[in-house]
Amino acid sequence: MRPLSKAASIFIMLLVFLGMISLQKVSAQEITISAAISLKEAFSEIAKHFEARQKEVRVLFNFGASGDLVRQIMAGAPVDVFASAGLKEMDELEQKGQVVSGSRANFAENTVVLITPQQSSLKIENLSDLTNKEVTRIAVGNPKTVPAGRYADQVLRNLKLYDTVKEKLILAENVRQVLDYVARGEVDAGLVYATDAATKAKELKKIVPVPEGSHQPVVYPIAAVKGGKNESLAKAFVSWVISPEGESILRRHGFKIITNKK
Amino acid sequence: MNTDLWFSLRLSLQVAFAATVLIVLFGVAAGYLLARKNFRGKELIDILFTLPLVLPPTVTGYYLIILFGRNGWIGKVLYTWTGWSIMFTWYAAVLASFVVALPLMIRTTRAAIESIDPHLIQASFTLGHSELETAWKVILPLARRGLLAGTVLSFARAMGEFGATLMVAGNIPGKTNTLPLTIYTLAGSGEWSQAQIAVLLLTLASAFFLFWANRTARKAF
Repeated sequence: MRPLSKAASIFIMLLVFLGMISLQKVSAQEITISAAISLKEAFSEIAKHFEARQKEVRVLFNFGASGDLVRQIMAGAPVDVFASAGLKEMDELEQKGQVVSGSRANFAENTVVLITPQQSSLKIENLSDLTNKEVTRIAVGNPKTVPAGRYADQVLRNLKLYDTVKEKLILAENVRQVLDYVARGEVDAGLVYATDAATKAKELKKIVPVPEGSHQPVVYPIAAVKGGKNESLAKAFVSWVISPEGESILRRHGFKIITNKK
Repeated sequence: MNTDLWFSLRLSLQVAFAATVLIVLFGVAAGYLLARKNFRGKELIDILFTLPLVLPPTVTGYYLIILFGRNGWIGKVLYTWTGWSIMFTWYAAVLASFVVALPLMIRTTRAAIESIDPHLIQASFTLGHSELETAWKVILPLARRGLLAGTVLSFARAMGEFGATLMVAGNIPGKTNTLPLTIYTLAGSGEWSQAQIAVLLLTLASAFFLFWANRTARKAF
């Protein structure tokens, strides 16, 4: 056999082998959950417990900016559960009639904080320090698609800082990108959720809560999505999130639990 | 039409143009050296400069952050000295387009020069031309089709750069949102009618440049 055809036949055998693996029937049921990226750690943990309790179930995640996620669902993405970091996105989905009626729950709350990088030499103690001219770059989420960016926008406008700092704003695609820009020292400050800041506290110098009432309450709604592959499993996941077990995991990750979930 | 879209189109052209000028200067020199000279590590350098062509732009973007970020190898020195960082500026978009599109120029230049009949080059030397004169009067003119093709491809690639640009220049409205990035944002926030205009704009601009390049090639050569 010529060396080339030898290589080719090995390659073909490999392909056949891989094909056999993928043809093996996956017996587990799957559900796909599109969730705000700020829920990443909490939801991954909740899903682990959910999978352990419900046998033969696999939970797949699609974390991102809530605005992007709702757009994907409206465009027909096969998603079973949607959890957003803002009421606006869930309201939009509900108005389109894509939420399983009665499945929605506003389950958790969060707060917005100002963060600065560990290695920063600038003195940034509070939001009004952002107007100092040494501060050149402030990261926030893109208000069009990122709820955290929308809250940040409200904070800056409410405190009448927006016009002074708007040239310094670096818009990120989701809230974890804001966190990353700050942690890497690429920007001088950023506005994220308290729960995000907690995941990289070691790389941050300051974590300052923004004044209460300077933005709409950060409320997380969750619901089963209409047209999902497995509606009963989707509902089961939603109830698992708002069960005492789910709530204790959320609390451990820094979220505040909402008692009146409607 | 929306002024934001005009800005994005202008920025895209500006970035692609600046990147292409740098690419032609650097790419022709590099392609020439790789085609004509033998030196240690030649193939290694060739691979290094070709990698961005085959790597996903996000990987290239990652390397650029490691090198040019505020805490990157080069970026840190620059920031300590000047207080300036290339990240999130339109220069970063040029840098991203430059690195991603450069291999197209180098490879086409190298291939074009290597395919020139060596007798012609030898004749030039025999007739007393220096290396530089030979390059300018014989080699580059004979390779002109390849050089033009490389330039057009590089410009088109620079114009369409998305991944690496998003990572190093961000997507900042009014500053670094090139047309491809704007389309991404518009589609992400459901503004389909605006996205459609932007898509048409980019398609038309690209088609126009290809048409113009083809015509120039027919006329000039």
